[in-house]
Amino acid sequence: MTFWLLLTVNSITFGGLLFLLAAGFSLIFGLMRIPNLTHGSLFMLGAYFGATFVGGLLGTMFNFWVAALMSAALVALFGAVIERFLLRQLPGQQMAQVLVTLGISFIIADFCLMVWGGDPIAVATPENLTGFVRYGSMGFPLYRIAVIGIAAIVAIALWLLLDRTRLGAMIRAGVDDPDMARVVGIRVSQLFTIVFALGSGLAAFAGVIGGPILTVYPGLDQYMLPLALVVVILGGSGSLVGSIVGSLIIGFIYNFGQALLPELAYFVLFLPMLLVLLLRPQGLFGRFVP
Amino acid sequence: MTRKITRRNFMAATAAGAAAAATFEFPMPAIAQAAPFKLGLLTVKTGPLAQGGIQMEQGVLTWLKQHNNMMGGRKVEFISADTGGKPAGTKTKAQELIERDKVDVILGPLAAFELLAITDYIREHKTPTLSLAGADDLTQRRPNPYFLRPSASSSQAMQPMGHYAATEMGKKKAITIDFDFAFGYEQQGGFQAAFEKDGGCVLNKLWVPLGTPDYTPYLAQMTGCDVLCQGFAGSGPLAFMKQYSNFGLKFPVVTGETGGDDALLHAFGDEAVGMISCAPYTLDLPTDANQRFAKAMMKDFNVVPGFYAAGLYVNCDIVDAGLKATGGKTDDKEKFMAALKAVKLTDTPRGPISFDHLGNVVGTFYIRRIEKAANPYGLKLWNKTVKTYENVSQFWTWPEKEFLSHPVYSRNYPALKKC
Repeated sequence: MTFWLLLTVNSITFGGLLFLLAAGFSLIFGLMRIPNLTHGSLFMLGAYFGATFVGGLLGTMFNFWVAALMSAALVALFGAVIERFLLRQLPGQQMAQVLVTLGISFIIADFCLMVWGGDPIAVATPENLTGFVRYGSMGFPLYRIAVIGIAAIVAIALWLLLDRTRLGAMIRAGVDDPDMARVVGIRVSQLFTIVFALGSGLAAFAGVIGGPILTVYPGLDQYMLPLALVVVILGGSGSLVGSIVGSLIIGFIYNFGQALLPELAYFVLFLPMLLVLLLRPQGLFGRFVP
Repeated sequence: MTRKITRRNFMAATAAGAAAAATFEFPMPAIAQAAPFKLGLLTVKTGPLAQGGIQMEQGVLTWLKQHNNMMGGRKVEFISADTGGKPAGTKTKAQELIERDKVDVILGPLAAFELLAITDYIREHKTPTLSLAGADDLTQRRPNPYFLRPSASSSQAMQPMGHYAATEMGKKKAITIDFDFAFGYEQQGGFQAAFEKDGGCVLNKLWVPLGTPDYTPYLAQMTGCDVLCQGFAGSGPLAFMKQYSNFGLKFPVVTGETGGDDALLHAFGDEAVGMISCAPYTLDLPTDANQRFAKAMMKDFNVVPGFYAAGLYVNCDIVDAGLKATGGKTDDKEKFMAALKAVKLTDTPRGPISFDHLGNVVGTFYIRRIEKAANPYGLKLWNKTVKTYENVSQFWTWPEKEFLSHPVYSRNYPALKKC
């Protein structure tokens, strides 16, 4: 009983973390039509920034939440620079843009190795969330429950942004039909920068939030990127609901798959992706076929 | 962050080593003066395995600096190659070292799958190779005569660990958890065999995909044991121990040389206190040789050395002794290899070592417990030696013939018994 309960709650937690990671990826994919292969690296970069701010920078130790926001802001700025000065130079050449994002991910990985070294770094859990909820012989960490709450808040904020603001309406228009959006006077290229920065910031935020659970280490980027890809292919790109549902499905499959079918741990994660690609290539909630 | 091996430090140390070599000209036998001794290193300086790989290079640089860049009376030309931690890269770099640079000896590579990629190649070219990669069978059922392992086979440290857990700790039921690859299988096979030999029983073996970020699906299965054996490497031990304690689990944890590596002490938190590890090297060893080594590592690179740095430093000790035995000659590769294999040292940073006829180390293994104890390096945590096993062979206490008649430790060997 403990086993099932524990895994169920953890599936939702992990799903929440994946949502934070994948929401930005999905928006960028949906609007710009490129799978941003830097996304895992931005997650890792954010986590490293967060670890540095929380651990103390120039003698100042930052509050965990402040660190998360600072890190998100920094990486969002970095994302805007990437979009403005690199991707913008290759308009319409999606293959070239994908390769550029792949190249940047290598650069970020080596940059992190140079600055933070190869040693894994643990991000301290916020002090008021260090305990755990006891259940039978095991406990469930409070922080992991908090992650569910954080993911819910971000989901609502994103929904408000996309559904209730002018900017959100423009983004949705861009996702649905970029050419038509241009025709009616929406500056789609400006949207690209905004969405790329927003997605980058979200990835970094997810990195800091994930830090106390996953710890930060070289190679984390390569582990997180495929998870984001799977979520988006499953849920459908550019769709918020798709990201939420996709993240939860992958959260459950990841946890129960590894526990119940350890020999097939890698395989079960990609099976639903394969099925969706075969049967509904636009994803469960996606509108366009990538 | 707190990490301080910057490229600048590294360059400074390299330059210092070169400068030292330039200023101290030692009298050498005429034959040796002709050409420098070429020492090649296959290591990993990028990617997930970089932490250990960078320490490997630092271990060699520290040795060379302390010995004025001289080995066995010959000037050393040191060539370091980055394999990227990939078998294909290892093969390319090994070819470069052997065919282009014509190195006399290769140190490294780091990982078992890298070593497996070049084992036939080094044998063909008769290039003596001293590695700390596991892959038990290369000194067991499929020995390579040009391979020498002065660190430990994958299962070598886990066997005394299993013995200690069953006897001194008095544990009866264990659960093991490790990465789902050869190094993990061999480690846990060694633990299980030794633990069960002394009356313990392994309830369950859990295998985690390499690099997994969340261990919860496995933590949820940990019930009914009185000891847990983890064999993670790289960033694994840190993430695992943190999550383990976050879930309120309290079974005592035992581990091997990578799981409790001294180089990780500065990154561990309170969750690691009480973890017991068995390792072929311990920073806690109070001998002069070890103090000299560790202090030099601190001074030059501002890092506390662990298993990887110490392993490569000891490799240098062995090459040096082998070269001295042949009078600096390396042209007869069979003779040079035989001289290396015959090396017996009493005072290395890891203590006394020698080799068995298959080229694997026979040496001292240390059981350590992580405590909040005072230490000369200002670390919050310290691996305190609690027991020493001397002259430990890769076959543990089994006769060689009996040990080799079993298949190599694998995912399903030894099989689980009913407890």
